[in-house]
Amino acid sequence: MLSIDILLNAVVTGILLGSVYASLALGLGITFGILHIPNIAHPTLVIAGAFFVYTFGQWGFDPIFAALIGLAPFYILGVALYIFYSRVFERRGGANVLQSLTLFFGLSLVIEILLALSFGSELKSVSVSYIGSSLKLGLLTIPYRLLIPALLGPVMIAAVWLYLSRTNSGTAIRAVAHEERALSIAGLNPASVKQHAFGIATATAVVAGAALIMIGPVEPFAGRFQIGRVFAIVVLAGMGSIPGSLAIAIIIGVAEALVASYLNPSWAPGVAFAILLLGLAFRPQGLFGAAR
Amino acid sequence: MRKNSILFLAGIVIILALGFLLPWTIRNPFYFFVGYVVLQYVTIATGWNILGGYAGYINFGAAGFFGAGVYLAAFLYTTLGLPLPLCILSAAVLGAILGVLMGYLTLRIQGVYFAIATLGLVIVLETIVHNISALGGASGMAVYGPRPPGWSPGPSQYNFTVMLMIAVASVALARFVEISWIGRGLRAVRASEDAAECSGVPTLRLKLLACALSGAVLAAAGSPYPFYTSYVEPVTAFSLIIGLNAIAMPLIGGTKSWAGPVLGALLLASVQQIATVTISSELNILFVGLVLIAFVAFAPGGLADLFSRKQGRAKP
Repeated sequence: MLSIDILLNAVVTGILLGSVYASLALGLGITFGILHIPNIAHPTLVIAGAFFVYTFGQWGFDPIFAALIGLAPFYILGVALYIFYSRVFERRGGANVLQSLTLFFGLSLVIEILLALSFGSELKSVSVSYIGSSLKLGLLTIPYRLLIPALLGPVMIAAVWLYLSRTNSGTAIRAVAHEERALSIAGLNPASVKQHAFGIATATAVVAGAALIMIGPVEPFAGRFQIGRVFAIVVLAGMGSIPGSLAIAIIIGVAEALVASYLNPSWAPGVAFAILLLGLAFRPQGLFGAAR
Repeated sequence: MRKNSILFLAGIVIILALGFLLPWTIRNPFYFFVGYVVLQYVTIATGWNILGGYAGYINFGAAGFFGAGVYLAAFLYTTLGLPLPLCILSAAVLGAILGVLMGYLTLRIQGVYFAIATLGLVIVLETIVHNISALGGASGMAVYGPRPPGWSPGPSQYNFTVMLMIAVASVALARFVEISWIGRGLRAVRASEDAAECSGVPTLRLKLLACALSGAVLAAAGSPYPFYTSYVEPVTAFSLIIGLNAIAMPLIGGTKSWAGPVLGALLLASVQQIATVTISSELNILFVGLVLIAFVAFAPGGLADLFSRKQGRAKP
């Protein structure tokens, strides 16, 4: 007989994990989902964000506060990345998707190695007063180290979503992927809109990194295991649907938690990719997206 | 074309003859130990290029195919005692099946999804191997390779010659694909998939064929590996550096022709072999990453393209 408390704890843990995955995928939802730039370096940028938070943690800063400090430098990093990317491919007129994938693949390797060279390749973690204890609700036991990052995710996602759907500059970001020329006719510079969008996407990486390092220790190459999840989330949510990505992330989180508690934790990394492959095979337009 | 083919065949005969004769003339087995790795990368780069270069579908999961070949060969040899050529052949068949499966799931959509799915293949296969105790799980398994036959002076030399034969067969296969109707069709796919489809090129079937051939070569490249190291474990069998080199080598050499990946692999693998002996392996990956970025950004045609551009300018 499967006991109800194991099931309940697995489902709740899965929902919380899924919420964290959604914040990991948010930046990719902007770059890949909206701008169609396949930035596979995003998970590595999240790890770079986690190391940024770790460095500030060493100086006594709270991880969430450190993430807020990190927003500006990561925004600038993102703008710089976009300028490099567009310079490389503008000369050839239009970016070849596969070449840009290769470029970001190389970039993520370089970032990983630079992190490993400067921090060493062992696991790093942060310690804060509210990490370590747990919230007990009847049968449920929720560690704060998971609850707080999980609450961070929806807040950031809601903020980005409101920005994209309610403000003029957010609308410009959504418009630039659809019709670049119309945007320039309307008097906006598409290049600077894209730079801005890439900056925001990269800035979300530092918050996601803070969430990741609060949950557990992080090492420089940990981004690799997130690539499957974040792409699964963005693609299955239907390219650019941000509320959809939260839903998909929670589905993946729950599936992983169930696999981990009923089968074996070592099977869990394959779950997201299995879901992605099945999704691509049967519903390529995504679960929440319109057909393209 | 005829004259080129005769020259190519002559080249193969000379290289194979050298592969059998050199072990008797050069005494130090270390050269063959290092040469094995270089030839392994020649095979990997060639196999990757059949799909990545000719058809333009980037496979980030070369390590998945390689690792599958490593483990199948190790398993078949240690438990069933199959002879080495059969191990290599079954690894190639498994690679082809994996390639078709993955291609069938993802190729109908878009190149970018294919690329992402290939990243997943490595993680899925590594997870599976981790969980199968017959394959040694996370701790790996020891493999005692076959005793070298009479025509080879030692195990290092024997592995070298076997790898040379696989590499030569792969390059010949890649060249055949390139000059036959398959290559013409794949080039059409690469130039414009929609236009190719409209003019009656069976794009999906061609891509699946390319996936199968590419997967077979990549898995075959891995099959002698357990006998080379005498020990297999998931982390090295599915190592990231294999997937990285599989992309970097053809891109550096040039992806349009079979000579590009061979050139890139000979160059990059030799540099890496010198670098791992003299510098750390982390700096080695950093170096490859930077070279990869530089070539994608500034010389997308690779070395072959740079050479031919220079020649083109010199001629008139």
